[in-house]
Amino acid sequence: MTTITMAGALNAALRDALRDDPRVLVFGEDVGRLGGVFRVTDGLQATFGTERVFDTPLAESGIAAIALGLAIKGFRPVAEMQFDAFSYPAFEQVTSNIAKYHLRTLGACNMQLVIRIPYGGNIGAVEQHSESPETYYVHTAGLKVVTPATPADAYGLLTAAIRDPDPVIFLEPKARYWSRQELDLPLPPQPLDRARIVRSGKDATIIAYGPTVQVALAAAEMGEQEGMSLEVVDLRSLSPLDMDTISASVRKTRRAVVVHEAPVFMGLGAEIAARLMHDLFDALAAPVERVGSATVPYPPARYEKLFLPDADRVLEAVDRTREY
Amino acid sequence: MAETISTRPALRGRGDDPIAAMLSEDGVLTTAGEEQAAVTNEELRELYRLMVVCRRLDQEGLNLQRQGELGVWGQIFGHEAVQVGAARAMAATDWIFPYYRGFATAVCRGVDPATILTVFRGLTHGAWNPYEYRLAPFIIPVGTQIPHAVGFAIGCKLDREAIAVLVTFGEGATSTGDWHEAMNFAGVFQAPVVFFCENNQWAISVPLRNQVAGCIADRAAGYGFPGIRVDGTDVLSVYAVTRAAAARARRGEGPYLIEALTYRMAAHTTSDDPTRYRTDAELEPWRAKDPIARCAERLHARGAWDEIFAQEVNQEAEKRAVMMRQKLLAMPIAHPGTIFDLVFANPPATLLREKEEFIASLEPGGAV
Repeated sequence: MTTITMAGALNAALRDALRDDPRVLVFGEDVGRLGGVFRVTDGLQATFGTERVFDTPLAESGIAAIALGLAIKGFRPVAEMQFDAFSYPAFEQVTSNIAKYHLRTLGACNMQLVIRIPYGGNIGAVEQHSESPETYYVHTAGLKVVTPATPADAYGLLTAAIRDPDPVIFLEPKARYWSRQELDLPLPPQPLDRARIVRSGKDATIIAYGPTVQVALAAAEMGEQEGMSLEVVDLRSLSPLDMDTISASVRKTRRAVVVHEAPVFMGLGAEIAARLMHDLFDALAAPVERVGSATVPYPPARYEKLFLPDADRVLEAVDRTREY
Repeated sequence: MAETISTRPALRGRGDDPIAAMLSEDGVLTTAGEEQAAVTNEELRELYRLMVVCRRLDQEGLNLQRQGELGVWGQIFGHEAVQVGAARAMAATDWIFPYYRGFATAVCRGVDPATILTVFRGLTHGAWNPYEYRLAPFIIPVGTQIPHAVGFAIGCKLDREAIAVLVTFGEGATSTGDWHEAMNFAGVFQAPVVFFCENNQWAISVPLRNQVAGCIADRAAGYGFPGIRVDGTDVLSVYAVTRAAAARARRGEGPYLIEALTYRMAAHTTSDDPTRYRTDAELEPWRAKDPIARCAERLHARGAWDEIFAQEVNQEAEKRAVMMRQKLLAMPIAHPGTIFDLVFANPPATLLREKEEFIASLEPGGAV
């Protein structure tokens, strides 16, 4: 066992993919000599050369589009968008072309590519380096959207994403890049459509993903001290949504709180709450609660601790479901 | 109203460009250029044949739309020489990434015309397997196919394959960021791609002068590779320069930009009404430069005109128009459940479940 960070686990997954499949390419802004602004691609160009790991011009739409072209040619591109809000110039390519190309070519052209996007806040950065754009992507048919919460899942999900024949938006919670875990790599690939129960409980279910899984676990710890038994579900896949796992948990606990950094308004919590209301109407003991951010632009960094969900806000939401 | 469009030739910034040297100031092959291109009479007749056939099929597309059989049709009238010349200049092993007005391009690539029309009849979102014809699908969002071609071309280079990639687009597309990004990526990676602008001088209602300041061909210089403006109504010139640019790309000498100047003789699409922004008189000088008539003149000048051949071509065009119509109208609508089938290569279970629910919600038999 070695202690490895999430950034290190992602690096190892890329390294192993480059080693195992000669068609895998890694490219983006500053991913070559620098190793990426978060060092996720550190050392890859030195090992695999400038044809397989390369810097591109500073143009995200072009990066996504050449990934599409390379995928037609039979490569397996893993493209990096430097920051969440910097993925927006590529949005048209991702939603109008990458997501639809398999359909548009009678299934002949697999879009076997991964677009990695560091996302989320809590790093004291400017607004465009702190956003949670997942809802934009999950609302587009033809994309798979996943996000790891741990180094182990970072390795397992990225490995699976690179091997999957469909386009995967791979959201990396940047505040968790330096979180550590004892691991023996390599790990097996993880399914791209399965949530995971990361803590068992019986009084309420906290549904989280990416950066908020840690928040949910912290809330569950605090809740335990107050005599509550809280279950935590890590979605891992945002599209498709593993409602089987979510529903099974909520059927048991009868109370649900969804937690994400993205604005509550039209966030993933809205879909999950609607589905739980529809599927488990009689089983629910209280309305589904949502904890997220306000409908304002990501605030200046000095406000972000107040803006983002924390364990206290999650527990307050749990209390509301228990007091209903 | 649109003023007369300047036909100023591209800057000759690179005097060492042998392709530019094939053309006169008017963008037409010089005598020496024509000798150098060495296009045979047989090849020229084939270009003529394809232009006549494509124009007739295009007219049939318009007829079908007017009769309510197509939702929309974007005519290629005026684009016969640029599309036939460029598509036929590419080797069978090369690839083409067309824009949405690529009917003749696709026909030249061997795609069945009725199959192409299924997109405009509302039967499909894409009608052919790109690997079968080495032809990417029509892309509707303007300019977004251009960097796809560059990515594919970078892949050809990484695979050490002598493949040239042609990408076509209108002059309106040169205003998009994707055009710039694609040109820049191609220059930086020295990708084997031929950028081919079908400058028909109209982006729906916006004339060239409101779209582009300067000359599109000149812009290549800023990306580190050559560009030329060619007369897009002369199929021989288009064919010769595109073939040379493709050969150059295959030799590993990098990207090339061709701006072919022509005129959109029809509406943007059948949903458009050009009487709101241009007069019929403006088309007159371009009628005099009709691509098919000009090709016939070239065949006459070479002593290669053959009246029987010309009659046979007209008959073939009529026959193919009838066949296209019959085949298209006989095409069934697939079961609505199929709209779920090709979204993913490896569909998630949730989508399969949604498909079952959708089918269950349909009337018995699932008729559309």
